[in-house]
Amino acid sequence: MLQVSLYRYNPETDEAPYMQDFSVDTSGRDLMVLDVLELIKADYDGSVTYRRSCREGVCGSDGLNMNGKNGLACITPLSEAVKGGKLVIRPLPGLPVIRDLVVDMSLFYAQYEKVQPYLQNPTPAPAIERLQSPEERAQLDGLYECILCACCSTSCPSFWWNPDRFVGPAGLLQAYRFLADSRDTATEDRLSKLDDPFSVFRCHGIQNCVNVCPKGLNPTKAIGHIRTMLLNRAT
Amino acid sequence: MRTISFDGVIVGGGGAGMRAALQLAQSGYKTAVISKVFPTRSHTVSAQGGITCAIASADPDDDWRWHMYDTVKGSDYIGDQDAIEYMCSVGPEAIFELEHMGLPFSRTEEGRIYQRPFGGQSKNFGEGGQAARTCAAADRTGHALLHTLYQNNIKNETVFFNEWFAVDLVKNQDDAVVGVIAICIETGETVYVKSKATVFATGGAGRIYASTTNAHINTGDGMGMALRAGVPAQDMEMWQFHPTGIYGAGTLVTEGCRGEGGYLVNKDGERFMERYAPNAKDLAGRDVVARSMVLEILEGRGCGPNGDHVKLKLDHLGEEVLESRLPGICELSRTFAHVDPVKEPIPVVPTCHYMMGGIPTNVHGQALTVDVQGNDAVIPGLYACGEVACVSVHGANRLGGNSLLDLVVFGRASGLFIEKSLREGIELRDASQTDIEAAGARLQALNTREQGEQVAPLRHELQEIMQNHFGVFRTGEFMREGIAKLVDLRERVENVALADRSSAFNTSRIECLELQNLFETAEATAVVAEARDESRGAHAREDFTERDDENWLCHSLYHSEDKQVSKRSVNFTPQTVETFQPKARTY
Repeated sequence: MLQVSLYRYNPETDEAPYMQDFSVDTSGRDLMVLDVLELIKADYDGSVTYRRSCREGVCGSDGLNMNGKNGLACITPLSEAVKGGKLVIRPLPGLPVIRDLVVDMSLFYAQYEKVQPYLQNPTPAPAIERLQSPEERAQLDGLYECILCACCSTSCPSFWWNPDRFVGPAGLLQAYRFLADSRDTATEDRLSKLDDPFSVFRCHGIQNCVNVCPKGLNPTKAIGHIRTMLLNRAT
Repeated sequence: MRTISFDGVIVGGGGAGMRAALQLAQSGYKTAVISKVFPTRSHTVSAQGGITCAIASADPDDDWRWHMYDTVKGSDYIGDQDAIEYMCSVGPEAIFELEHMGLPFSRTEEGRIYQRPFGGQSKNFGEGGQAARTCAAADRTGHALLHTLYQNNIKNETVFFNEWFAVDLVKNQDDAVVGVIAICIETGETVYVKSKATVFATGGAGRIYASTTNAHINTGDGMGMALRAGVPAQDMEMWQFHPTGIYGAGTLVTEGCRGEGGYLVNKDGERFMERYAPNAKDLAGRDVVARSMVLEILEGRGCGPNGDHVKLKLDHLGEEVLESRLPGICELSRTFAHVDPVKEPIPVVPTCHYMMGGIPTNVHGQALTVDVQGNDAVIPGLYACGEVACVSVHGANRLGGNSLLDLVVFGRASGLFIEKSLREGIELRDASQTDIEAAGARLQALNTREQGEQVAPLRHELQEIMQNHFGVFRTGEFMREGIAKLVDLRERVENVALADRSSAFNTSRIECLELQNLFETAEATAVVAEARDESRGAHAREDFTERDDENWLCHSLYHSEDKQVSKRSVNFTPQTVETFQPKARTY
């Protein structure tokens, strides 16, 4: 039997959040954490609430805090998550909790939208695609794969302090994804919108984002590139 | 109940819905998307290998007519040729638009979009050998496409109702569709979303099967709503089983693996597809490959202690190709199969993947029914595009890479047509209070019911019935047993009990409503599969092993009110090319 401790909170009935323990029969299988949640919801308590969709690590719905570390429940096996025979599951830290493991991601999405995450190029498009060399395209690798799961931003102390003013690792990764795109012409405008003490420079290189990214991406590195661009622009 | 009004409402925030929304939002009409998940969590995100289209990058002489020929043949001749012609000819424009929006396609040395070979592709109408026609962003094409569409909807200020769930269609006294009842999942508030044009882009329903590549959210919500509203469903017996679902987990491994040179082996290490499809081999149609795999397993040449799967060999391609062209596959295989494809083959088995059937539509996305004379008739106010629609470009078997093209081309076409209609003026009478209450009746009943069974065991039972009785190979007797079980299950599903009655983010309530949608979809599938007594495309009958063009070169239509099946003609009259006549389908 697996000992699972779940963060519970229903705003309609609970005055405060609490931890609820479940003893779950996994038949000794090395399930993914999401499978365990599905088991609990089906067999133990139907009111347990969490988000999930693709169950294969590409949709970004089930970012959770498992034994203290952010990750995607659907691709985190018990063998990796369980410590000392126990699994403690909490919502992603730093964002308001709506219910149980579901957090309000509005601030996170607002920071994403702030960086104008779409290609900008006012020159008339050709009749076919805009050409881009494999080398230019390679600049986008490690950037475009972000799934907006928020594991990174919600593990970032700077984002916890200033979620409204520091864009955060996920938003900045996307900011750089467009700065790095040979087809985008809005570089100057993008940089000027980021050029303040908070948007980028609140990153202190703690690298929690890199440590937790379920897709193996490196927001700190991207932020470093943006810093360099901002500093070069200033001189 | 509060009413919110829009010019156009799109239900579903996947590729089709967001492409339709983008078109409408760009035209300045008041547009809303209702999506039960944040849009980038929609199942389009899981599409891997690419989007097939004759953009003449890999081959400068490529021709959309060759793509059309392949698609007609792939459909086993019940794809509508006018719709396939539209999709294949308009396709390049739709792809270039996506690139201009920023989609990060992989590139050739010339800087053009990278294209890879996929199953069922040929040059020169089947005479010129294997084509490479699938445009790719590594093996994350769906993710790249979905994020690009969401980003451009942000740019165009589309209104999103994220984590809202559409419950049922609202129809006025003229039987026109005038919006939907929807729940805000976060607060539990129920509203009437009124619209002059309601577009279903709700995706597939792979969760009717126990083993599927589909996301948890693919529960046939559009099919359920349509069938309850008396809209017919077309070709529902046609379900694609993808050859390469990871054994045990069900997660997808793209056909692009075989496009890049991978192949399937049995327990003897034999490349068995050489026996079943001597020319195309592992790149034959998906239905052909899936059946061949099942035959290998049934004849005792399967792998593993139970001999119940085969293997996909990729290691000979080398680490560099695998990490650059198929990085996502390497990741999935390591996570879910505990196998590193650089070193070992991946255990795979045919897995439910795609619903070829759906709501019948014309090329403008207008939903169709049949009038008393048996002629096609447009349902005012209702549109469908993407997997929930059956326009029909896939017929009895979809080619790999054609689903993303379908959703982009027909999402766009629906948007264009609605834009034109709105400009010309759409006059639909308002729904009465009684009409709105009728649409809310199912939800109301669920909310007040005291007794009933729990959702999870009922869903499990449904999935097992479909898996066991309506799989890759089907027989009449066994399907009739399955239908009898469904008859018993219907009442229990209708009376599912809601254990949790709270308002805030109540996913139990949503799961109950989804289960009823799954059931409607499954029942339509079952009844029509039993009725079509021939083998065609993905529908393989052991008791009727031959294709029967005399009786079944047609669509099936399922009518929910009396559970009857009728036939509808296939379109054989494309506008700019000669008709592709049915012939024996070999690869």
